[in-house]
Amino acid sequence: MALTSISWSELGAIIALSLLVSGTAVLLASATGVPLGAFLGLSRFRGRATIVRVIYTLMGLPPTVAGLAVYMILRGGGPLGEYGLLFTPAAMVIAQWVLVTPIVIGLVTGAVESRDRRFRETSVSLGATDWQTRFLVLREARPAVFAAIAAGLGRAMAEVGAVVLVGGNIRWKTRVMTTAILLETRRGNFDQALILGGVLLAIGFLINSFVHRLQTGKG
Amino acid sequence: MVAKPLVPPAGPEPVMRVTAVTKRYGERTVLDVERLDVLKGEVLALMGPSGSGKTTLLRILATLETPTTGQVSLDGAAWGPPNGAAGPVSPARLLAWRRRVTYVGQNPVLFSGTVFDNVNLPLAIRCRVGPGARAAVEEMLERVGLAALAAARTASLSAGEAQRVALARALVSRPDVLLLDEPTANLDPANVAVIEKTLIEAVEMWRPAVVLVTHNLFQARRLGRRTGLIVGGRLIELGETEAVFSYPQDARTASFVKGEMVF
Ligand SMILES: Nc1ncnc2c1ncn2[C@@H]1O[C@H](COP(=O)(O)OP(=O)(O)OP(=O)(O)O)[C@@H](O)[C@H]1O
Ligand SMILES: [Mg+2]
Repeated sequence: MALTSISWSELGAIIALSLLVSGTAVLLASATGVPLGAFLGLSRFRGRATIVRVIYTLMGLPPTVAGLAVYMILRGGGPLGEYGLLFTPAAMVIAQWVLVTPIVIGLVTGAVESRDRRFRETSVSLGATDWQTRFLVLREARPAVFAAIAAGLGRAMAEVGAVVLVGGNIRWKTRVMTTAILLETRRGNFDQALILGGVLLAIGFLINSFVHRLQTGKG
Repeated sequence: MVAKPLVPPAGPEPVMRVTAVTKRYGERTVLDVERLDVLKGEVLALMGPSGSGKTTLLRILATLETPTTGQVSLDGAAWGPPNGAAGPVSPARLLAWRRRVTYVGQNPVLFSGTVFDNVNLPLAIRCRVGPGARAAVEEMLERVGLAALAAARTASLSAGEAQRVALARALVSRPDVLLLDEPTANLDPANVAVIEKTLIEAVEMWRPAVVLVTHNLFQARRLGRRTGLIVGGRLIELGETEAVFSYPQDARTASFVKGEMVF
């Protein structure tokens, strides 16, 4: 089947940019979210409950709202306007990072907290120091951390509202799979929209298979 | 009524001593034990109706729960609520306590990974590694009949196997005090036999003090050198096992050992 308006090389570029943007955003979100989630899951301090509630709320942040916030910051005249990042892949990474980080923090916090309840006492009564106990609890949470990162990646790959606002869906520059689907559907090119949708699903399936292997292989 | 001798006549020295310990949750006092000595090399069986405070007492002995008042001492070193007579206890002293006193809860919690890893954990925690540690783990697995399952993942174990792993893990560091909360509840006779045999061997080998909470009258009789009965948070009976069963001092004990006490 021939692609009428998207060449194979353009399709490749769109998929590559999707993976690059979402992958980078999730990498950054993991680097910030996993330690924060681990900390929140392990510690008890005043105000913690409020922080956790705010994060759980942000987990459901609509992508367009995240996009809007990043847009306001990056636009000319905005706080970071001078760097000219708006409508570049970097802006898309930032928007997805904003979107995904609360998801990673929230899921890791919940996972560590439940492991903490279950394993802390056992660890302590076997003679573990505080640090050994933290290590043992976090080690038990490891599979759930992979799941949290995968959930973040799924969310990033699937969202359209944030990348379209701050990326602008510019051909060969900021067009990713979801924004391309949006466009091709509007143009009535359902074949292409469906192919892109299928590719997106296949990538999601591969990611989940990989995470499943990580979780069951060496838990 | 004649005062009951709560402390047995001079003999083995107490490893642990409970002095005027109470535990309150809100308005409710769930534990109120005036005096309890745990002696080196003994198995002390603790019985009592559900909700009588047995687990609470064990958890206090393990320092997992802080008493509301009173104190517990381990070889004379006291621990209790920070505002109590023993004063605040440093984390280092709590750690030292926990390295000598091991608690196995009603539902044993195993870490993911292998059976070997779990039994090895207390040694790893104490930075004991190498061939000596490996041999100690293997010996303990042999004792609880799990040598063949050393490499098995804990997620795949049966309840009886899991309970035996928990016991092996508790024993491998050779604690001075072993606190066991119903270690054979819901297990079949074969598993019960392995656990009891392992416990008896441990007591003979390095003479730890064992506090064994059990609902099984026969088990208390088989293993307990002394038996105590807790009712409503109070230790109403304590003595040599045979004496407790044959000549109970308290009327409630008499009905309990006949299996009549229902709450
Ligand atoms: N964290 C807690 N908060 C409030 N009440 C508690 C708490 N822990 C225990 N209790 C209460 O203290 C009482 C004694 O509980 P404990 O677990 O020590 O009983 P037990 O003798 O071990 O019973 P069982 O034989 O059923 O295990 C119970 O009535 C229980 O409801
Ligand atoms: Mg109990």
